Formats: sequence, C-alpha cells, structure tokens
Amino acid sequence: MLMLKLAYRNIIGAGMRTWLNVAALSFAFVTIIFLKGVYNGMNDQVERATIDALYGGGQYWHERYDPYDPQSTVDAHGNIPEVLRPLIKQKGAVPILIRQGTIYPGGRFRNILLKGIDPQQKILAIPVSALAERNRTIPAMIGTRMAKHTGLHINDLITVQWRTSHGTFDAREVMIVNIFKTTVQEIDNDQIWIPIDIMQTITELPDQATMIIMNKENITIPTVPGWNFRDLNFLLQDLHSLVEMKSMGGSIFYTILLLLAMLAIFDTQVLSIWHRRKEMGTLMALGMTRTQLIGLFTLEGSFHGILAALVGALYGIPLLSYVARNGWGLPQSTDDFGFAFGDRIFPSYSLGLIVGTTILVLVITTIVSFLPTKKIASLKPTDALKGKMT
Amino acid sequence: MEISNSMLIRTERLDKIYPLGPATIKALDNVSLSVAKGEFLGLVGPSGSGKTTLLNIIGSLDSPSSGSALVLGNRIELLSHKESSRLRNDHIGFIFQTFNLLPVYTVYENVEFPLLLLGTPSAQRTKMVMQALEWVGLAGRAKSKPSQLSGGQSQRVAIARAIVKKPEIVLADEPTANLDAANSHNIMKTMVDLNKELKTTFIFATHDEKVISYLDRKVTLFDGQIEKDELREPAR
Ligand SMILES: Nc1ncnc2c1ncn2[C@@H]1O[C@H](COP(=O)(O)OP(=O)(O)OP(=O)(O)O)[C@@H](O)[C@H]1O
Ligand SMILES: [Mg+2]
Repeated sequence: MLMLKLAYRNIIGAGMRTWLNVAALSFAFVTIIFLKGVYNGMNDQVERATIDALYGGGQYWHERYDPYDPQSTVDAHGNIPEVLRPLIKQKGAVPILIRQGTIYPGGRFRNILLKGIDPQQKILAIPVSALAERNRTIPAMIGTRMAKHTGLHINDLITVQWRTSHGTFDAREVMIVNIFKTTVQEIDNDQIWIPIDIMQTITELPDQATMIIMNKENITIPTVPGWNFRDLNFLLQDLHSLVEMKSMGGSIFYTILLLLAMLAIFDTQVLSIWHRRKEMGTLMALGMTRTQLIGLFTLEGSFHGILAALVGALYGIPLLSYVARNGWGLPQSTDDFGFAFGDRIFPSYSLGLIVGTTILVLVITTIVSFLPTKKIASLKPTDALKGKMT
Repeated sequence: MEISNSMLIRTERLDKIYPLGPATIKALDNVSLSVAKGEFLGLVGPSGSGKTTLLNIIGSLDSPSSGSALVLGNRIELLSHKESSRLRNDHIGFIFQTFNLLPVYTVYENVEFPLLLLGTPSAQRTKMVMQALEWVGLAGRAKSKPSQLSGGQSQRVAIARAIVKKPEIVLADEPTANLDAANSHNIMKTMVDLNKELKTTFIFATHDEKVISYLDRKVTLFDGQIEKDELREPAR
C-alpha cells in the first residue's frame, strides 16, 4: 500500500516523460483492442452472411459431391431422400440441384455452375422470388459480380449448355430476370440460378438434388444413406482459417506497436534508475530496504501500464463504441479480402478481449519495469549517495 | 547486553581499507571511539581523513574491514542488509551536505517519509510532521516543493526529516557546506535546541569552524586515526 502511494507520487511527479509513455502505451492498447475487435467483427459478419446465404443450418451432400471439383456435379445427384421430404414440404429444408454448364457471353467460352432452387424458399438469404414468374423462357438470376464479368443485363437472353447424364450435350436459353447484390462470392461467381423444378425437367433428373440445405432451427439430423451431413463446423473451416490468416497481419502490426511502447518504458526505467541513484541512496539512508526499492521502481514502471489502461479507457471507450455503432468503412475494396462482408465492418469487442489485453499489457509492463531494477540489488548505499553506480 | 555503561555507540579498533588500483588505502586505522547519549560531537580533520567513512559505518551504511562497531546494541559488521535498514529506519536520522530532499515530494511529504516507512498511523503522523516543521520554523511552507526553497530552508527541511521520528542518533555530514554564514548559524542553533530538548545525540563530520564552535566534543581525525579527542565548552 505504502509502495503504491510512493510509486504514484513519483510517477506523477515525473511529469512529461510519464505522460509520453502513457500516451504511447495507451495507443498500443486501444489499437490492439480495436484491431482485434475489427477481426472479431469481420469474422462474425462474414460468418453470419455466409451462413445466411450459403450454408443455412448445415447441408446434406450427395455422397459424390465435391465442392472443389466441378466435374463431380456430373454424377453428384440423387433422389431426394424420403425422410427429408416432409421437412422440405414444410419449407424446413431446401434442395439444390447443381450441374456444370457452359455459356458463351460475347462469344467467349465460360464454365459456370447451373443451380436449381425453389423460388418460394426462405432458408437462404438469396432473393430468389423473382424466379417465380413463369413466361415462355426460363427465368434466371445472377449476382452482380457475374453480371460484371459476363456483361449480362436484366432481360438479356443467354444460352446455357450442359452435358447430360448420357454424355451428350443439351442447351436451353434463359432470361436474366434479376441481378442481386451479395457479399458472399460463393453464390455469385460463375453461377446461374434457375427454378429447381425447371432444372430437374430440362436436365432429365426428376426429383433429384445435389444437396439439401437445412433450416437453422432443425435440431434433429437423421442419418440418410447415400448422403453426408455437413454441419456448420465443417462448412466454416475454410472461412475460419482464411480470417485467421488475414488477422495475422494485424497481429504483427500490433506486436510491433507493443514492442515500441515497451522499449520506451524500458528506456525510461533504465534512465530513471541511473538518474536517481542519489535518491536511492537517500531512500536507503532513510531505512528503505533494497527489496522495497526494487518493488518501488518496478511499481513505478508498471504504473505506466495502469495509467495507460485508464487513459486508454478515457478516449478508447467513446472511440471504439462509436465505431462499433457506426461501423468502420474499409479502406480497400472488400472483395480483395477474398471473403464476404459489407462495406462497413462492425467491430465486436468481447469482455475477454478487453480483460485479456489489459492483463497482457500490465504483465508485460511489469516485467519490462522489473528487468532494469536488477542493478539496484547490487547497489551499495554509500556509492549511491555519492551518485556512483557500478 | 554489552553496553551497560550507557554508551550509545562504541567502536573498537575499527579499520576500513579501500582498494586503490593495485594498492589499498586505509581510510580508518584502529579507531576506538565511544559516544554517550545526548552528546553533540564533531568529527573534524582535513579532507580525506576518514570523517565520512566513520560516520557511514556508525550509520550502518557501510561496514568496517575489521574491528567492531556497536550501535545501540547492534554489531554493525554483523547486520544483514535488512537489519541495517531496520536500524536506520528506527533509530538514525541523516543530514547530508547536499540536502538530498526528494524533489517530487512537497516539504510535508519529505518530512513524512520516514514515518511512512515506520508505519506510523495517519493522525499521529500529521501531528509529528507539523511539530518537526515547527521546530525548524517551516510550518508555513509545508506545501512547497524543494525547488521553491532556499538552501537554508532546504537544509532545515532535511533536519526536520531527520528528527521527525525522534531518533536516538542524528548523523550530519558537512551540513553547512552549501550554506552561507547566517544560515549555518541558524541551523546549528536549531540542532542545539533539539539536542537539549529531545536528548538526541548528534554527530557531525565537518571542517567548518562555525559548526565546530557549537560542539561540546571535538574528535580530530588524521589519516584515519584519532589524533585528538577533546571536550569543550561550546560558545553558544
Ligand atoms: N569508495 C571508496 N573507494 C576508495 N577509496 C575511498 C572510498 N571512499 C573513501 N575513500 C578514501 O578513504 C579516505 C577517507 O575518505 P572520507 O570520505 O572518509 O574522507 P573525509 O574525511 O570525509 O574527507 P572530506 O572532508 O573531503 O569529505 C580518502 O582517502 C578517500 O579517498
Ligand atoms: Mg567527507
């Protein structure tokens, strides 16, 4: 208690130098929490968007389906399993039929995936209702990226060609009735969505599907022979490792920042122990033990951490909560990140993140403050009083 | 206990040897000195004669190379760091040539410091600090910082700090060296008063004639040896 009081007096008395260190450290502090919060928020946002638009509550895959091999779609389809039919009828699950196809926009060859989906479905956040309108031509829907790459517009007609199960080619003309904007590239790039019933007819695969996407509320997941259930843990693996890689860059940045702040504190400690050897001699003459002196100087150093936490909170809390509320506009085009989020990221700061960072910074500051005090242990009172230090 | 004869301090055949390059230097040579409670004693002698060295050993800031120093029943040469800190904290006050006030503390906080280390309760502490400041005539400057004080005032704060805990012994190394004549007499008078009032034992290391004129015992050192030890009638 006494040491705390003395350390506080000394560090406040040190003035400018203290506040410079505190400013640097609190900046590192706030930046770490901010960046971590951004990546957490990014992760959450991407995950939510991807689940909403792509994964639902998990998916049954036909056993031959391999998302990394478009060729697999030739064989990866089967009759919709009996056990799942009632659920599909109640709109608690939605079947998707996928075939590889080819289009020739502007005369150039392009491989695409043709995807059939129920226009009434509500499970995936894809605006498929436009597909419900039935004219003579087949209604089709693409995302904005696909539209950009192919130059297709609403009401354009395009011929889609695919290989039938007999190995011959078949083709139909579809009309673009809707171009939708999404953050999830996996439902956009090189894909054309059409109503599943039409797709089953034209591909001669009546009642068949490649995958069946479950509603998020479905709790019972029956085992279905010939189909593998992929839960969200499995589906989100790639995404998580991608976000992790992206956040590595941030980690390196704030590690450097933290190191710089620590260097400043270390330097201050070394300097103050050097400058204040006569003062230490006086303190020893007044009856302070070396252990008390080491404790005092260590505390003084680690007070920087405590002050930084307080000062950081002072401007960090309003700043970070403002960003959390209003989002943070990304400086670079979000598509370059390789995954999905909106134009703004809403950082999320967990209690664990804040408490963890605070403890981390306090522990490191204390260690950095303690190291230079080793010199004190070998200090003789008479030498210190003369201003000597060996 | 060994000091039944009311001797506060007794050194016996004290030697202090410092290495000096390949050779050594004998800063104290066979010094035997006894000091009784309430003495107002000065160690005098030319520069390098060993005054500071002896004072530091008595104050348990240093230890002898051989011989023994008994201070308030403690064998200085046998004390651990902790024990000697304890001895200084409990019983010894120091006054330095360069005042050595703690610059970031106020006058009040400087004087309070030894009491904080002793763990004196807050209410009692305030009383003792204010009393000490009154003795040295600085009660009005309690809130000042050392940088706002004159040399004489600074040394008076240092005296208040040394005596606030009413120690048995106050050790003062050249306390007037940085002060003018008026201030020197002023602080010496303050210390004489405290010596009378509190029966505090004062030991000075000095070659200042002004200080010497206040002493009631003058021990002259030369080349680390006691050359003369005389009782005198101080000109007070
Ligand atoms: N730490 C040290 N290392 C080596 N020699 C020392 C040390 N301290 C003191 N000495 C030597 O011991 C001798 C006595 O020194 P001391 O400081 O006790 O003298 P003093 O009487 O106080 O002198 P002054 O009047 O100049 O203060 C001197 O020769 C000095 O050089
Ligand atoms: Mg000296």
